[in-house]
Amino acid sequence: MSQKQVLERLQQRFGDCVTRVESDAIDPWVEVTPDGLTELCRYLRDRDDLRFNYCNSISVVDYCDLDGKASKAGWAPHLEVVYHLSSIPSKRTLVVKVMLPRWKDDVAGQLPELPSVSGVWSTADWHEREAYDLSGVWFTGHPNLQRILCPEDWVGHPLRKDYEMPLEYHGIRGR
Amino acid sequence: MATAPQSGIVELDVRTDEMLVNMGPQHPSTHGVLRLVLRTDGEIVSEATPHIGYLHRCAEKIGENLTPRQWIPYTDRMDYLAGMNMNLGWALTVEKLLDYDLPEKARHLRVIIAELNRIASHLVGMGTYGLDLGTFSPFLYAFREREKILDLLEDACGARLTYSYLTPGGATADLPPGWLQKLTAFLDQFEPVILDYHALLTTNAIFVKRAANIGLLSAEMAIDYGCSGPVLRGSGVDYDLRRDGETRYTSLYADYAFEVIVEKNGSYPRDHEYPPVPAEAVLGDCWHRFYVRMLEVIQAISLIRQGIEKYSLSTGDWGTPIKLSTKLPKGEAYLETECPRGQMGFYIVSDGTGPIPRRARARSSCFSNLSVAPELIRGCLIADVPAIVGSLDIVMGEIDR
Repeated sequence: MSQKQVLERLQQRFGDCVTRVESDAIDPWVEVTPDGLTELCRYLRDRDDLRFNYCNSISVVDYCDLDGKASKAGWAPHLEVVYHLSSIPSKRTLVVKVMLPRWKDDVAGQLPELPSVSGVWSTADWHEREAYDLSGVWFTGHPNLQRILCPEDWVGHPLRKDYEMPLEYHGIRGR
Repeated sequence: MATAPQSGIVELDVRTDEMLVNMGPQHPSTHGVLRLVLRTDGEIVSEATPHIGYLHRCAEKIGENLTPRQWIPYTDRMDYLAGMNMNLGWALTVEKLLDYDLPEKARHLRVIIAELNRIASHLVGMGTYGLDLGTFSPFLYAFREREKILDLLEDACGARLTYSYLTPGGATADLPPGWLQKLTAFLDQFEPVILDYHALLTTNAIFVKRAANIGLLSAEMAIDYGCSGPVLRGSGVDYDLRRDGETRYTSLYADYAFEVIVEKNGSYPRDHEYPPVPAEAVLGDCWHRFYVRMLEVIQAISLIRQGIEKYSLSTGDWGTPIKLSTKLPKGEAYLETECPRGQMGFYIVSDGTGPIPRRARARSSCFSNLSVAPELIRGCLIADVPAIVGSLDIVMGEIDR
């Protein structure tokens, strides 16, 4: 089964949850709504002819309009959570994306929520903690969602584009 | 000083007959600034929580403010023991985004350099693992040979530890004249030495007692936790990106004859020449992870020898590095390469507005490899903790990013 067929099959199987399929990109990807994410992931992992049993990476890309380039480049500010998956038995790869608003209900400081997939792949446990720590995405249902790289009492999420470094942390000068 | 709230699962609810033991962040056997909080009942460790982030150098944030070629030196400072392999990963990712094809000579050059660095990295892994298990001389012997490799890398790129040589578009320079002869002389001298290492460690009764049947990692768990490299293959999963990865990466190795180092039907490839697996060892234990690394050193030698031949025969040049300010097209690319420690993935996202990527992400192999450590440590003895952590061969710079 080619990558294109996998993407077509996901679109047929999940219908409304799969909102976009990009099979001409460098790495073909499928976009899924936050509600359908865990079900889609479970399907990808468990079906015998798919078996995406290896979660390579969970990355977050922040599209933020700081310098007014957004309208020129043609996108609206948002967050993208990108899941890079591969299948060890069939040696295939797949990219799953979820689009999120930068802040929940457009209230600055309220983290957008996304169901955790740590029950599907154990790797996701640490990767989601990292995504929460650095990019500010709240994974609901995660067993232990804490900061992993920054200290517990750190303020802000450093990989957000509009993050500003604190001027002072426990008496240490920031800049 | 203000007190930070306590974190982790372990710290909560400790019974009176239990004890919390902090290992690290500066303990010599944690291979960098890793803090392990152990809950112990006598000699038995019932729970372990790794705490990372003490090094946290914001490499990804820096990558989002530099052009791809400017970020090359930062990639090799992440995994400072295998900088060339890290360069290669990022270079290939950028080339994937730019759809840039390498000349043949540059491909062979990359294989030679990457495999040479793999040997250097595995030597450190081997030497320090001996150190973790209480033997010192293999460490010295390993570093003696590694020095010679560093001399060679210094000749090629001009630096000894912070070497960065491979770059998007090829390499920063051609190999210096006479370098290949020096390399061949080194390989001829180095190949018999490996048998000494096997005598010192692999078949050493104490070493086998301390590493065999310790820290068992099943193949399913290794895949579930996203382990990679020797940790994954030590559990018997036949997966190596040099053979199974993306075409852009596997095409480097396409003309090379090599077999993935993994136990198949109870034996390893080349099993007849090197010490057999001891009876105590169980697939997926610390000993197997170590053994896979040892055999990969031999495999790398054979790959370099093939590479030298192909490099000398191939025509064309060693590649033209892309310009520092090459504008990136709109799009994104993700690529994983087989680093000595496992699969190192880079992800580049460009919104098409300039030469600086919107997102430069590194998916590090040790990050996933370390996340399985609590599972391995649970229920073992305190003395086995260094053996288990050492067998994962972690580099904290890569984990903390």
